[in-house]
Amino acid sequence: MASSKKSSSSKTAQRLEVKKTYKLYINGAFPRSESGRVYEVTNSKNGFVANPSLASRKDLRDAVVAARAAQSGWAKATAYNRGQILYRIAEMLEGRADQFANEIVLASGVTPKKAHDEVLAAIDRWVWYAGWSDKLSAAFGATNPVSGPYYNFTIPEPQGVIAVAPAESFLALIDAIAPAIVSGNSVVALVPGSAAIAAMTFAEVLATSDLPAGVLNILTGSHDELAPWAASHMDIDGFDISGIDKKKRAELKVAGAENLKRIHNFDGAVSPTRIFAFMEAKTVWHPIGV
Amino acid sequence: MTFEYAPAPESRAIVDIKPKYGHFIDGEFLPGKKHFATINPATEEVLSQISLGGLSDVDKAVAAAQKAYTKTWSKLSGKERGKYLYRIARILQERAREFAVLETLDNGKPIRETRDIDIPLVAAHFFYHAGWADKLDYAGLGKSPQPHGVAGQIIPWNFPLLMLAWKVAPALATGNTVVLKPAETTSLTALLFAEVCQQAELPDGVVNIVTGDGSTGAAIVNHPGIHKIAFTGSTEVGKKIARAIAGTNKKATLELGGKGANIVFDDAPLDETVEGIVNGIFFNQGHVCCAGSRLILQEGIADELIEKLKVRMAKIRVGDPLDKNTDLGAINSREQLSKIQELASAGDAEGAERWSPACDLSAKGFWFAPTIFTGVTQAHRIAREEIFGPVLSILSFRTPQEAIEKANNTPFGLSAGVWSEKGSRILWATQQLRAGVVWANTFNKFDPASPFGGYKESGWGREGGKHGLASYLKEGK
Repeated sequence: MASSKKSSSSKTAQRLEVKKTYKLYINGAFPRSESGRVYEVTNSKNGFVANPSLASRKDLRDAVVAARAAQSGWAKATAYNRGQILYRIAEMLEGRADQFANEIVLASGVTPKKAHDEVLAAIDRWVWYAGWSDKLSAAFGATNPVSGPYYNFTIPEPQGVIAVAPAESFLALIDAIAPAIVSGNSVVALVPGSAAIAAMTFAEVLATSDLPAGVLNILTGSHDELAPWAASHMDIDGFDISGIDKKKRAELKVAGAENLKRIHNFDGAVSPTRIFAFMEAKTVWHPIGV
Repeated sequence: MTFEYAPAPESRAIVDIKPKYGHFIDGEFLPGKKHFATINPATEEVLSQISLGGLSDVDKAVAAAQKAYTKTWSKLSGKERGKYLYRIARILQERAREFAVLETLDNGKPIRETRDIDIPLVAAHFFYHAGWADKLDYAGLGKSPQPHGVAGQIIPWNFPLLMLAWKVAPALATGNTVVLKPAETTSLTALLFAEVCQQAELPDGVVNIVTGDGSTGAAIVNHPGIHKIAFTGSTEVGKKIARAIAGTNKKATLELGGKGANIVFDDAPLDETVEGIVNGIFFNQGHVCCAGSRLILQEGIADELIEKLKVRMAKIRVGDPLDKNTDLGAINSREQLSKIQELASAGDAEGAERWSPACDLSAKGFWFAPTIFTGVTQAHRIAREEIFGPVLSILSFRTPQEAIEKANNTPFGLSAGVWSEKGSRILWATQQLRAGVVWANTFNKFDPASPFGGYKESGWGREGGKHGLASYLKEGK
């Protein structure tokens, strides 16, 4: 019979790999870009890698709506709880370290050793930031000795919705996201080019973690296209532009001035000031008396 | 029974105002080319002629500040820098009355406030920061944090010398040098401060003062020799500055506008609350960026509280700022008076109900009676825009959640107030409010040890306390 012939001949042929469709990650779901657009990621050795979604302005707006809705709940979670949720993500990353390394090799063409080192560094950094959740007030807060019968204290609070535009690497993505969300902000990440591959696998980790939907949203595509829209969006409070070309930063800052967005870029140093840059200090006064 | 108060004017003999002032650059006064008059807003009397600083004056000041930074100030130890600041603090205390009278003459605010609040806080600010100068390793910015270089500082007219202190003291303590521009209508105390720098033997060029208008400020912002901008003023100008420095490496702190919500829950002690409301909006004629300009009352107590507030407002004494009994002084300028009048008219036009106590306002000078509007909705301009005058917009709420939503329904986020006897409710409200300073059962309190600054469009960064140092320093190792 025809069917048995086919099955016998496939014994000698290679098994056809089941490839992944790379979509966006918005509000805990994996939609395609509403624009229907994709872009091609290739590598010099293997050619075609994938067609990730090319996120549009509407996708950005949808992600901001999701991020805003999720933010206050995330900020209200106890610091211990936020720390555990982030640590749990690190546990899941560790289990998938090989997959991330393989995807980095595939998408960017670096050596397997280099890719593996990058993934392990990213996991360790994630753990480092996760541990900050319940130390921020100790490091950035204060009780202030004012000259009068008042109790006066300063506490750091998350700013709200933060956009991040990291450079085209998995480590840069982790470096941008972790300090922004650990304090209770929600994030819209704009992931450029080939970094989309590992980023969307990271989104699969997030989707099965306890991170509430909308706290972290990942859009893939072009910084040139997405970053100006993020800079001028009136419901984004802060913007990490570390991955944006130096020559293009000024125009983003001009656009961001419309709502006095906190726009920062960091040189790659791992520092708690990267967390505090997207927090606000609130000072409270209350009289002391009987 | 009404009490008549005899006039109790503070003597102005203590101040010696020169007919004309130059800029203070590199340790000496340099004559300006063009001048403009500065007046007493209570009488419209011309007090002096102030130099209008241009590009060349700003150039000279920046050059002096750069030279002082590289040659002297950055070479001094923190300990020695601190001792200069202590000297300045002490001289300010010694000459406090002179400064208070001069500030009241030039600004129009009551002598009771300049004497008891502004000037003592100025001295305290220098004294506080003096101690930081050799302890910067403990500011939470790593080991040996470094200054930026030359700070360009632009300050407003509402607390002229106090805003100078908020800017100059942390800049000098952290090792920066300064080019400062006082507000156009209130330069005199800054120029007297220059004399204090001379008496303290502060090295030439460490503090430079260029007087002028908005164009002088823009010249400072755009000068390539400036490394850090510190601005206090309107949100509109703050955004302009943010755009102007977008393509540069200049750092900036911006202390901008506000539309502070003052929430009164139905368990609040009403008499104390009324005092807090009056202080929140009528302190300094309402020329306060963090004023409690939106009063948000829980419905059950709204009528009773408004009646008590009216009784209290009828006792506010409006008049001669130099009179020691005066509560509410003059509006700082004709321009500001027009802005207040325009917004108050918009309140009438949009259907809110205006009330003021009977006040005898002088025909000369700029005056506006303490005013409240009831029946205000969130859509009204007087609930959304900063009036910067003695005008209070009153709204109401039923549930605590509604109070918070109304309070946070603004692009500003500078200050807020909460009145309640219940501790857990105060802490809850404090957590929910999106504002940089929350006064609970008090209002309009300031201290050099207490960080001040806003969320959202109220600005960038903090001034005062440990947090205020961060904006003048690069992170250390």
